[in-house]
Amino acid sequence: MPQLQFGEAIREAMQEEMRRDERVFLMGEEVAEYDGAYKVSQGMLEEFGPRRIIDTPISELGFSGIGVGAAMNGLVPIVEFMTFNFSLVGVDQILNNAAKIRYMSGGQVNMPIIFRGPNAAAGQLGATHSVAFESFFSYFPGLKVIYASEPFDAKGLLKSAIRDGNPIIFMESEQMYGLKGEVPEEEYLIPIGKGKIKREGDDVTLVAHGKMLHVAKQAAEQLAKDGIECEIIDPRTIKPFDIELVIESIKKTNRCVLVDESHPFGGVASEVGFLIQRDAFDYLDAPVQRVTLPDVPAPFARNLYDLWFPDAKQIVEAVKTVTYTN
Amino acid sequence: MTKKAEKSFTPTGFVYKSTTLPEATKKDHKKLGLTNDDVIALFREMFLQRRFEERAAQMYQKGKFGGFLHLYIGQEAISSATNFVLQDDDDIITAYRDHGFGLVRGISAKAGMAELFGKATGCSNGKGGSMHFFNADRHFWGGHGIVGAHIPVGAGLAFANKYLDNGRISISFFGDGAVDQGALHEAFNLAQLWKLPAIFVVENNGYSMGTAVERHTAAEIYKRALAYDMKYEIVNGMDLFSMIEKLQEVAKDVRDNSIPYFLEIRTYRYKGHSMSDPGNYRTKEELDEFKAIDPIERLKTYMLDKKVLKQDEIDSIMDEVNKEVLDAIDFAEESDFPAEEELYKHIFSGDELVIHDHK
Ligand SMILES: Cc1ncc(C[n+]2csc(CCOP(=O)(O)OP(=O)(O)O)c2C)c(N)n1
Ligand SMILES: [Mg+2]
Repeated sequence: MPQLQFGEAIREAMQEEMRRDERVFLMGEEVAEYDGAYKVSQGMLEEFGPRRIIDTPISELGFSGIGVGAAMNGLVPIVEFMTFNFSLVGVDQILNNAAKIRYMSGGQVNMPIIFRGPNAAAGQLGATHSVAFESFFSYFPGLKVIYASEPFDAKGLLKSAIRDGNPIIFMESEQMYGLKGEVPEEEYLIPIGKGKIKREGDDVTLVAHGKMLHVAKQAAEQLAKDGIECEIIDPRTIKPFDIELVIESIKKTNRCVLVDESHPFGGVASEVGFLIQRDAFDYLDAPVQRVTLPDVPAPFARNLYDLWFPDAKQIVEAVKTVTYTN
Repeated sequence: MTKKAEKSFTPTGFVYKSTTLPEATKKDHKKLGLTNDDVIALFREMFLQRRFEERAAQMYQKGKFGGFLHLYIGQEAISSATNFVLQDDDDIITAYRDHGFGLVRGISAKAGMAELFGKATGCSNGKGGSMHFFNADRHFWGGHGIVGAHIPVGAGLAFANKYLDNGRISISFFGDGAVDQGALHEAFNLAQLWKLPAIFVVENNGYSMGTAVERHTAAEIYKRALAYDMKYEIVNGMDLFSMIEKLQEVAKDVRDNSIPYFLEIRTYRYKGHSMSDPGNYRTKEELDEFKAIDPIERLKTYMLDKKVLKQDEIDSIMDEVNKEVLDAIDFAEESDFPAEEELYKHIFSGDELVIHDHK
């Protein structure tokens, strides 16, 4: 199977869907003539022309809203944020308009729109440029939220998202764009809302999405040396969340650690932790643990950043806590 | 000029001239009320900003620090003129291209370089990095990373000054890209409605990242002021004396009459948007054209012509500045990283740590 980088997989998904469906177009800052701030849309202007690959000014509120209006009126916009940090400037368009107009109109209006771009911390970029938004967007009814961790998932899920016909938040990461993985040449789709077991194991269930999946994998390798076998579940979609897959795994392992790049209060881990205690209480041999960012904005200094960002060591510690091997 | 591609939305194609400068003032420094010593100090300060950033770029390339690094090189006449004209307690706020304003507002080369290195001795204690230089004691309110978001904040600084009736004014700097944000319009309307003593300055350097001005904004930028009946000027930002001349008039008007003012300063950034930008969207000819009128080089020539300084005196100032910056690098390298408990400090005021689920 050919190896593709994460960024290339996203590009292929957009290209294939744009070839298939004339209504799909891409807009965002530097997506056209600059080939994308992170080169995700490289070559797309050449293929599809300036009518469908559109450079926008730094007007997130404006172009998010234009996306909403265009979606209502028959198009399928892919709105790229240079990073999701900047979506905040236009977030009313997403939360109040994209997410609610269909409901408020009693189902008269369709809202097929993708908001995509890099999410969460990407090194020492400071407090305003390092926020993980998957929990935030998942809070709102009317949005589906996807945060892929590997090229294969990214491509299949983005294609499904573009065909889904609903408002979708699709998250990526600057630090993953270069990550390679096998992606089949033939067309495939991945259903939204289905997680995947990324590593099998009997001792403990690790749930990790997005960039955290890779940190969880590192931790699992270290733990395997101590004879602890982790099962890693990548939910791939944050909302709807594939809780059944997690519960099934816990029935086998009886222990669970949630790894989440969000801050702790009201993050993905707190919601999933609630569902687990409600639906799998009798199967648990230890309280569920979580590894998250602290309740602290991103610091700049290298050493503080390393302390702040969840790492494999913290996951190993949490696994030792739930397996009582500390 | 961009070519009009059929059925395109954003104008496409290469822009051959991203910004045009108004004529520079003919007045010499004496006419503008500057002493020879003023000119020398301004030269030194502009050169310090330049040298600081050239060295910072080298350190970045050597991997001495991470994160973003946006260089102000080419635009130094703006920060120096501002600091020279304004009172020391007037309030300054800017975007992430902030080293120059930090240095003119009392951040030492040492504290600046240490911030880039993320050290505890940095001007923001290593918490902010390149984009978030602050020196609140000297009324320099940062270094901000969300494009356009600090424009209303700048208006808010002016609101406090008017409220307190303290005679101070605020000045807010932002890029041409920020003009496209809704925040600018709300801030302009409020500032004019409430007659806030605020100068809003767009540093139009021709590009918003890789997008030339005429590809990202409709109509001339200064015309934003017209809709709000706000006074405006277009200023040559590559010329120190032009900057000083205009700012003197404008600051007086804003202070005396408590009104907002919009300045479109035409300037140019010599370096890429950030360190990862190769700058393929512009021509070498355009870059050379602006380098040929470099404000620092021209000030050197001016000082020689007007016999303000002799060549060897200029050289010795430059040597001194070079040394100051090299010392700053040593200082930054030798300084400690912040202590681990610093991670949890400065979230709220007060000594109590208010941190959810903190173990
Ligand atoms: C709201 C928001 N959107 C996007 C970005 C990413 N970004 C950072 S700087 C920049 C270009 C800004 O250009 P300009 O305002 O002209 O300032 P200059 O860099 O030329 O000083 C962009 C798109 C951001 N920081 N904030
Ligand atoms: Mg600019």
